[in-house]
Amino acid sequence: MANKEKDVKLLGFWASPFSRRVEMALKLKGVSYEYLEQDIVDKSALLLELNPVFKKVPVLVHNGKILAESHLILEYIDQTWKSNPILPQDPYEKAMARFWAKFVDEQVGPVCFKSVVKAEKGIEIAIEEAQELITFLEKELTGKDFFGGKTIGFLDLVAGSMIPFCLARSWEGMEIDMIPEEKFPELNRWIRNLNDIEVVSECIPHREKQIEHMMKVVERIKLA
Amino acid sequence: MVTGDVKLIGSWASVFVMRARIALNLKSISYEFLQETYGTKSELLLKSNPVHKKMPVLIHADKPVCESNIIVQYIDEAWSSYGPSILPSQPYDRAIARFWAAYVDDKWFIALRSILTARGEEEKKAAIAEVEERTDHLEKAFIDCSNGKPFFNGDHIGYLDIALGSFLGWWRVVELDANHILLDETKTPSLFKWAERFCNDPAVKPLMPETTKLAEFARKLFPKPQA
Repeated sequence: MANKEKDVKLLGFWASPFSRRVEMALKLKGVSYEYLEQDIVDKSALLLELNPVFKKVPVLVHNGKILAESHLILEYIDQTWKSNPILPQDPYEKAMARFWAKFVDEQVGPVCFKSVVKAEKGIEIAIEEAQELITFLEKELTGKDFFGGKTIGFLDLVAGSMIPFCLARSWEGMEIDMIPEEKFPELNRWIRNLNDIEVVSECIPHREKQIEHMMKVVERIKLA
Repeated sequence: MVTGDVKLIGSWASVFVMRARIALNLKSISYEFLQETYGTKSELLLKSNPVHKKMPVLIHADKPVCESNIIVQYIDEAWSSYGPSILPSQPYDRAIARFWAAYVDDKWFIALRSILTARGEEEKKAAIAEVEERTDHLEKAFIDCSNGKPFFNGDHIGYLDIALGSFLGWWRVVELDANHILLDETKTPSLFKWAERFCNDPAVKPLMPETTKLAEFARKLFPKPQA
């Protein structure tokens, strides 16, 4: 039974790793959806109506049901559309995927971007602290094609939208070699593996455009 | 049932530890409680949670699980045939429960905590106003989620009840500290009544710390600046 496009709507922002990962999940499951690009500065009445609590993207609307917060949306998508499972079946593996996904968004994201931009203790220490966190993920990838094993899963979607495309392009713009091959061989191999996955490569923002966008964010952070 | 195989690293005063203990009680799981000493971190804690070095940590068959909400979900899934379900069965209801639990931790708790750390009357007043506004959101969430039933989860306490209810001890302590009612019977009547029901639940009652004991501990954690 095909999903009618209008039954699923996604409010997103092209440069947001949080909304990109939802698109990856929807494409992975073969779900048709209507995409509504949002201005995250001048927020639309629709966005404010659908997500009054956080006022953020992504927001998924499915048959009138409204969902916010990317991790929850991914889990909802996984439970609603059964093909190409995103989360592992085993409760312990599931707990680990959730744990590392939280770590990526709450720790890796801020420490590897905002803290590096601000570099309050100097750029060398900022990079060292960022690399310390990334090392945890390097260890998790040892001997695996993806965090999910042979195929991409929840943590690949979360880390895969955050690290190679959002963070890496910020580092490129700032001319920082954050994850050199010799220090992070597993992570670099994972990034190359991700590039071969159609649903991922289809959902990556344009490289130069994203670098330009992230540099504007860098300026805003520096001025704050 | 591998009951001998479950350990929990925690402390009597921690909200986040209480969440795990309530979940274990709901599923009637026996476990060894490893009480951490305030001010120090045990070898086992540091080894089991090298990333955050924080409690609670559930160790099941020698495998550690960290982060309170993740532990609660793990308990629900690993012992799915024991006791009541902690998370709702429908995907949308699960998402809503998780959404509000995330709100409790990311928005509501931060506001509550800032009352204790406020410097001066102005900051304290602003923090109180923020808590009241956010508690109001939770009152509406309760009405939506409970659908006329006694708990967020319906007939039995569940994930969101545990996420918010575990704060009730500290909620009272902050009220005392601020000298201001923060769970108001007239402003948030549904939550007010829910709180009493939650505290009386058999899975919760033996775990909720005494307010005076907790207030004394709070004074250690949040010392007031010397005049």
